[in-house]
Amino acid sequence: MDETIRFVLAEHGRLATDPGSIDEHADLFDAGMTSHASVNVMLALEEAFDFEFPESMLKKSTFESIASIRAGVLQVTGGA
Amino acid sequence: MTGPLAGAGTVADHGSALRVGIDLCAVSDVAESVERFGDHYIQRIFTPHEIECCRGARLAGEADRGAPTGPGPRPTAAPAYSYESLAARFAAKEATLKVLRPVGARPEWRDIEVHRTPDGWTEIRLSGQAAALAAEVGMDELVVSLTHEESTAAAVVVGVCRLADRPTVPHTTIDRREV
Repeated sequence: MDETIRFVLAEHGRLATDPGSIDEHADLFDAGMTSHASVNVMLALEEAFDFEFPESMLKKSTFESIASIRAGVLQVTGGA
Repeated sequence: MTGPLAGAGTVADHGSALRVGIDLCAVSDVAESVERFGDHYIQRIFTPHEIECCRGARLAGEADRGAPTGPGPRPTAAPAYSYESLAARFAAKEATLKVLRPVGARPEWRDIEVHRTPDGWTEIRLSGQAAALAAEVGMDELVVSLTHEESTAAAVVVGVCRLADRPTVPHTTIDRREV
């Protein structure tokens, strides 16, 4: 799952840091991800994992780090 | 000062406060998202009214040339949108968030709508969590201004909070003269 998240971030996150090596708790917005880029990340994650984030999870904190994205995906897919 | 704020007399009234938000959005970013995610992107971010307002201005892939006028097949079957108008609306949503100042969960994108009036002006309409945030601070008036050029769209949003217990700001000076 982390590999897919990092791939999505590389494709859509527009980070100034290499998504392949960024710490999983690093703030992605501090790393250069814009709000608009976070929308693309959200949509790409939904495609990659074949689900849709509920409105309650459409908040900045869901997408602020690899760890928070993983937690969000697991919450939606029932993996946690 | 002229315009709605001067007319409403809200700037210097006791018990009122202004919040301002501004945002920029690259038109190319929106174009890429539309081309990559299509209606999934459009419908997650924009309300039906906003989509209708931005539809039909140009064909996808023809951002700089406008619609063809000659015979022959149309170049794409994708919905046609004005990327500049979509980008301006995205900027307005972000600017509105800066005015609403959510802590933690942020409103859903479609809770903030740029509504176009029959005479062509725009205004912000809130629903859901965005409306609740505005109500918390007594924000009963929001005004927006949109602009764009070929590469960039921008929006400025001003919210008027009518709070009776608002702290006074002694160093604020308001000049009501016409300028």
